[in-house]
Amino acid sequence: MIRNFLLGVLGLAGLLCAASVCANPYEKTLGNGLRVIVKEDHRAPTAVHMVWYGVGAIDEVDGASGLAHVLEHMMFKGTRKLGPGEFSKRVAALGGRDNAFTSLDYTAYFQLVPKRALAQVMALEADRMANLKLDEKEFAQEIKVVMEERRLRTEDDPQSLLQESMNAVAFQSHPYRRPVIGWMNDLENMTWRDAQDWYRRWYAPNNATLVVVGDVEHAVVFRLAEQTYGAIARRTLPQRRPLVEPPQLGIKRLSVKAPAKLPQLMLAWKVPRLKDVERDREPYALEMLASLLDGHDASRLSRNLVRGQKVAQTAGAGYQSLLRGEAQFTLDGQPAEGRTVAELETALRNEIRRIQEEGVSAEELARVKTRSIASQIYKRDSMMAQAMEIGSAEVIGISWRDIDKILDRIRNVTTQEVQEVARKYFQDERLTVAVLDPQPLAEAAAKPAHSHH
Amino acid sequence: MRIILLILACLFGSASHAGVDIQRWTTPSGARVLFVASPVLPMLDVQVDFAAGSLFVPDEKAGLAGLTVGLLDSGARIGATMLDEEQIAERFADVGARLTSSVDHDRASVRLRTLSSAAERAASLEFFRAVLAAPSFPEDALTREKARHIAAIQEADTQPDGIGSKRFARAMYPDHPYGVNATADSIARIVRADLEAFWRTHYLARHAVVSIIGAVTRAEAEAIADQLTEALPQATHAAPALKAVTLPQRQALRMPHPATQSHIFIGMPSVQRNDPDFFPLLVGNYVLGGGGFVSRLMQEVREKRGYAYSVRSTIAPRLLPGPFEISLQTKRSQSGDAIKLVETLLRDFLRDGPSAKELQAAKQNLIDGQALRLDSNAKILGFLSLIGFYDLPLNYLDEYPRRIEAVTARQVRDAFARHVRPEHLVTVVVAAD
Repeated sequence: MIRNFLLGVLGLAGLLCAASVCANPYEKTLGNGLRVIVKEDHRAPTAVHMVWYGVGAIDEVDGASGLAHVLEHMMFKGTRKLGPGEFSKRVAALGGRDNAFTSLDYTAYFQLVPKRALAQVMALEADRMANLKLDEKEFAQEIKVVMEERRLRTEDDPQSLLQESMNAVAFQSHPYRRPVIGWMNDLENMTWRDAQDWYRRWYAPNNATLVVVGDVEHAVVFRLAEQTYGAIARRTLPQRRPLVEPPQLGIKRLSVKAPAKLPQLMLAWKVPRLKDVERDREPYALEMLASLLDGHDASRLSRNLVRGQKVAQTAGAGYQSLLRGEAQFTLDGQPAEGRTVAELETALRNEIRRIQEEGVSAEELARVKTRSIASQIYKRDSMMAQAMEIGSAEVIGISWRDIDKILDRIRNVTTQEVQEVARKYFQDERLTVAVLDPQPLAEAAAKPAHSHH
Repeated sequence: MRIILLILACLFGSASHAGVDIQRWTTPSGARVLFVASPVLPMLDVQVDFAAGSLFVPDEKAGLAGLTVGLLDSGARIGATMLDEEQIAERFADVGARLTSSVDHDRASVRLRTLSSAAERAASLEFFRAVLAAPSFPEDALTREKARHIAAIQEADTQPDGIGSKRFARAMYPDHPYGVNATADSIARIVRADLEAFWRTHYLARHAVVSIIGAVTRAEAEAIADQLTEALPQATHAAPALKAVTLPQRQALRMPHPATQSHIFIGMPSVQRNDPDFFPLLVGNYVLGGGGFVSRLMQEVREKRGYAYSVRSTIAPRLLPGPFEISLQTKRSQSGDAIKLVETLLRDFLRDGPSAKELQAAKQNLIDGQALRLDSNAKILGFLSLIGFYDLPLNYLDEYPRRIEAVTARQVRDAFARHVRPEHLVTVVVAAD
């Protein structure tokens, strides 16, 4: 049964590729170093336009955490030609929507527009790549907004606090120990000059990738890119030093108190990231392992811990192989009513132990592979998802050409390889365990767990 | 993220580019079907909606609507074979399909996304039919899910947003199902017979709306709709009478919490889905606080004063008058100032309406942005179910630009005067100093 389904799905994936998608995307590198990738998708008369800068929180230093993200906010505050807020007004007037996001590894800006507006948003985005106007007054307003964002999304969010504290403990020297949003202290002491320096250092065409997906002709997009971004001069980028976390020497444990009802548990093991698409095997096996544990209703954590043993209210696994910095494999969850964090930790670690000892079945692996193929087909329903896939690989130095190769290799992972990575990397010397210790509201009110005044 | 994406497409309606050709028919079992052929990608989306939201649940069993739709795939029968939840989950996983469900105040929805190739499609539809038409609601799954719901409720009751949004609903809709929140007690009271009765009474073929988009033909879509609905319960009773919404008195409620930010909610019951004022309200709300970065609330509260990361207004039409709502979060020491500012902005807007320039900008974005709301099968599916469930005209998407274009500043002001009335506004503040 399963084999038949899988064959059917594989056939489908082949067909889809043969149909025309293989000539797509198209790429070009401009004289100033800007990479341009265009994926034509003519299903609807719209386009996604994204610029990805190869700079993120990983490039920050102590005392100035959050700077990459603050600059992202300042990019909407005007250029030599446009007043503050004018960028978004222009995009809205074109019938579009715009936004941006910052991660540990990159900063990205995007507009979703009717296709006829593409040339205008390219001109707008190119303008702020070169001509951003930063000033003290706008900065003073916007840094308040960022502090409100930190309060909303971290200070008052127990799970997010736990995640932040865990990263700060798991990494002792690697920059991933600092939060993308920045420590409140650093935000309070940041100046508009810091933002200015950041912009001058990192915002250059040779540190950016332009991704356009939609109802466009690639030749036209290339020409528009020349006319807009092409005029911006290449710049020498700061040298990047290797950032390698020293070996961990034993298990790390921490707890965070915050107003909540349910405890929360996170386990993170240091594991390899994908460096060499051709030669690496382990990151692909780790991707498979994560999908076996968590990814659909029939995967192991839901089946065994939430439904079977009823030890977990929620349970999840995560691994991200495409990173500039150190990778982690995480397991997390909340204990079910009447069960303890210790029981949940044992249950989660037992799931890994079972795989270390007994391996995984071919049937399970086949199921995850089918899912992965189906997901790629479903992804084509969303232009944004396609643009995200291309941009998030390119910005860390993986070519869009390698995306299908990576997916193929993940699908070729064997049961034995999954068992081997489970044995090799899930050791206590690589592990950090973080626990949210929930505080009743009344007590928390009497004694604030965190305050910044 | 500069701001959480404000994708509230279902609240704001949308427009059609010439390409969306919706076909509508009724199955022999009485279900309404809306279908769009979309042959490019080898996939199929099917959503089935029922008038089985929380509106239809007695107060003392609050939470029943969500448990019922959530447990559909916990067990089902095909012929004489009983399927358990592991078999159901494995079947969908084996063919790369996803079955998801959701519930809101009005409707319960179950969605299947599957590959459209014959074997995968047949395998997933067979099980989709079973969970809709022959669910078994196993006792052990119900016990477990009740415990999980209770834990989630208790957790939400410790978080400022959870505390505030529940209190806000209760204050806006006193004595009405729209204001009732599930509690540990109401969940504990629910037994298996309640789920079965609720399913039998509300998952009716005659009231089902089947929305289909994907790489299938009209004939195939007809067969799919028949397959999914022919075995659904038949109506043996008249549709229940809905309790009218009464407007609350103006009031301000403050709830303690140790959070660093105050969570602020201001609003009242406002408009029904089929109200002719919908388009003026849509355009006006874009100007006030629905239009993302360019709205008045965003400009004044965030951009000019740095009071909040997120501030917005929404108008959420429902079967019965749904809420108009402004929400924001701000450092607790400045929440008094922020509330005063928002009240002034709202008062000015109610008095003067949008300026000519603002009206023009709103229309331009809503009309020119129509294609963006329809550029994927997933988005179109959402509109099919909306049109079907709320019985909107079939040409709703085609008419949309014209309806927007026709809105005048006067209409906006009048519509707001009718649907947002200061004497009925409720304010809830969690974690105020």
